[in-house]
Amino acid sequence: MSDTPVTYVRKEMLGQKAPPTSEVGPVRWVRENLFSSPMNAFLTILSLYAIYVVVSHVGPWLLNGIWDAESLTECREIIAATGDGHHSAACFGVISARWHQLVFGYYPSELYWRPILALVVFLVGISPVMFPSLPRKLYIVTLAAPLLCFWLLWGGSIWFPVSIALGFGVGVVAHKLLDENVSALAAIIGAIVLPLLFWLYLAGPIASGLDSVIPLGIEFVPSRSFGGFMLSIVIGLSAIVISLPLGILLALARRSDLFIIKTCAVVFIEVIRGIPLIVWLFTAQLLLNYFLPPGSSFDLTLRVIIMVTLFASAYIAEVIRGGLAALPKGQYEGADSLGLNYWQSMQLIILPQALKISIPGIVNTFIGLFKDTTLVVFIGLFDPLGIASAIRATTEWNGIYWELFLFIGIMFFISCFSMGRYSLYLEKKLQREHR
Amino acid sequence: MSTLTDPPKPGFRLSQLIYDTRYRSITIQVIALVLIVGALWWLVNNTVNNLNALGKDFNFGFLSSAAGYDINQTLIEYNNQMSHGRAAMVGILNTLLVAFMGCVSALVIGVFVGVLRLSKNWVVSRLMAVYVEGFRNVPLLIWILLIGAVMSESMPQPRDFRGEDATTSMILGDSVAVTNRGIWIPRIGFTNSISGEEAVAPIEGATPVASGGADWLLVLGTFALSLIAMRFVRMRADKIQHATGERPKTWYQLMGLFFVPVGIVLFALGAQIVTPYLKGFNFTEGTHLRNSLIALWVALSLYTGAFIAEIVRAGILAVSKGQSEAAAALGLRPNRTMNLVILPQALRVIIPPLISQFLNLTKNSSLAIAVGYMDVRATLGGITINQTGRELEGMLLMGAFYLALSLLISGGMNYYNRSTQLAER
Repeated sequence: MSDTPVTYVRKEMLGQKAPPTSEVGPVRWVRENLFSSPMNAFLTILSLYAIYVVVSHVGPWLLNGIWDAESLTECREIIAATGDGHHSAACFGVISARWHQLVFGYYPSELYWRPILALVVFLVGISPVMFPSLPRKLYIVTLAAPLLCFWLLWGGSIWFPVSIALGFGVGVVAHKLLDENVSALAAIIGAIVLPLLFWLYLAGPIASGLDSVIPLGIEFVPSRSFGGFMLSIVIGLSAIVISLPLGILLALARRSDLFIIKTCAVVFIEVIRGIPLIVWLFTAQLLLNYFLPPGSSFDLTLRVIIMVTLFASAYIAEVIRGGLAALPKGQYEGADSLGLNYWQSMQLIILPQALKISIPGIVNTFIGLFKDTTLVVFIGLFDPLGIASAIRATTEWNGIYWELFLFIGIMFFISCFSMGRYSLYLEKKLQREHR
Repeated sequence: MSTLTDPPKPGFRLSQLIYDTRYRSITIQVIALVLIVGALWWLVNNTVNNLNALGKDFNFGFLSSAAGYDINQTLIEYNNQMSHGRAAMVGILNTLLVAFMGCVSALVIGVFVGVLRLSKNWVVSRLMAVYVEGFRNVPLLIWILLIGAVMSESMPQPRDFRGEDATTSMILGDSVAVTNRGIWIPRIGFTNSISGEEAVAPIEGATPVASGGADWLLVLGTFALSLIAMRFVRMRADKIQHATGERPKTWYQLMGLFFVPVGIVLFALGAQIVTPYLKGFNFTEGTHLRNSLIALWVALSLYTGAFIAEIVRAGILAVSKGQSEAAAALGLRPNRTMNLVILPQALRVIIPPLISQFLNLTKNSSLAIAVGYMDVRATLGGITINQTGRELEGMLLMGAFYLALSLLISGGMNYYNRSTQLAER
């Protein structure tokens, strides 16, 4: 071995060579993602062609859309005057001209602030539930929101919602007094029976009495004036808010050990779920008067809300039952071994976990419910699709289809898509809490 | 042992009904039963009073009286002199028809889209995501109305097909006509029909053909027998494989069983393709798919297909990669891997929600009202109720039909679930 340097061994590393152009940047991305195999290349070209066909037809129609026209004839004149004659153009004038009708239906225009304010109250009320980081004082708004929204939308004397709120007050006071002085069971019975008696016999006289002493109120708006997206939102949100607690109760009843209660819950849920909503809506329209005492009739919108609520609650019950079944048995046994009674264990141990599991299903049910509010058009309510046919029936806009469908579809898409995203956000957040 | 306390007296005190958990459940149930029976009695009592006040009775006799209205799409023989019951039957069959067609095409669309959404191809997977989100988040009713409007507003009129300067023409080798009054497709007629129907020449001078239910029953029956025979061939192959380790070649037997018997029956019946043609103001012959059926069918399949795509995607993602790798390590070829390892596991995840989507599709077919398709809602729950004034009976029957259908399907699903459930500890 000598010290002569071995000249053929490199002493320092070579600098890195740039990868071949086909393996970097956009070229690589395109090769990997779009043309990795003949089949893939074919699919890519097919999809690009499909996109081209749709865009080349719909794009100009959308972009050349006429936004300021008072009638279809006027709109077509503008298109004929300005267009190149080759492309058609959308008449979005119908949306700007009939915007208020599409959103509020036939609600009196000077009172538009009321539904808007009701929506704000609702949003403020729901915000502490949706985002736990908000101050807990907002729950006061949450408690007041249902009656406040009801009063803002329908109007009338303020004493009517106040007397209903008083009924709840009676219930709370009765529960507290009986619980301290008599027994827990008496307290529960009292908290249910006394408010019912109050609403049946005292609420009406109290409301009218107060109204005759201090007439405080806002203009009454009949349900027939409700329409457009406002109607969808009113039906959808009230059904969502009421169906969740009902659904929880039904799910608990279906999983209960008490045979009669379980059977009733099963029959209720299966019958409701087995029959399409549209049949239930026709039942509300045609048959409800048969089932009620002779001579009594009440508002169609209210009947629809009740029907949609019952319908949704059966679906919610099944979703929550899935959540209850998915909980490990140890949770139930652990709650029992702590000596908690049924309601305590449900409230403190089981339901918080089961509801967490069922959130995606619950939100999906709500999305379906909101989409299903369009079905009320068949029993003569003016939801957005009903308003659209009403607009189409006027001489100004006779024969307009696509623009209205597009607008209504996009509005529904935005609301349903954002609900879906919120459910994904919740799912992710709750999953993190576990790991 | 004198320190033992006396056992509690076996006597029964009234307060035990409330405070003793053994008896409390009975108390609660009795109260619930009384309340429910009371509520039901109240409802029935009100109904009876209301019916009396209106001078109506409760009977289903109207089902046998003459309907007096026409139905534009009938799968069984019907005319307006037949009974309301027959009209309801026609409606039920129409509901089942669109539900069945919708389920098949929604499944095909859903499987394709679900697989393509998992594709590595960026454009394709995005496109499929747009489709799925677009259809899932917009009410079905809007899609039905939209597709109905496309069919009736932007398709050519039959007269555009006429004459030398026709602005449009039939597609697929002059066999399918797409018009604003619906789509005409070729139908199959039989020259030696066994149905007893009178054979009519589709065009003057052509061979007379007829096509009745009996012919189709024969064809489908033969096909079903072929399928059963194919199953026996496969079972025999399995048995031989178990015994000897060699799997006999069966593909030619299977192909033969699939095609030959049906082919012979079709030939014996003298099957002929009858294409539609323009006559007068409209197309004639061939099978007429009405706009109402097309709009409902396409909208239902695209809408449900989007939901099925998500189910299929979830099902495929649920089978872990180790399964296919393990199958490959055992030496299974790709198609056997798919059939024996991947699919059985994916299907266990896919099938229950898939069936509930089929159920939803069937119930959603009641939206036929939007385009005037004559389903059970339109006949029994629509015109019959309006003509006879029997809301209560009509709605009850319609509800019973939908309920029976749902319970039947979900019963089948429960049976399937039990038979494929993993045997757990």
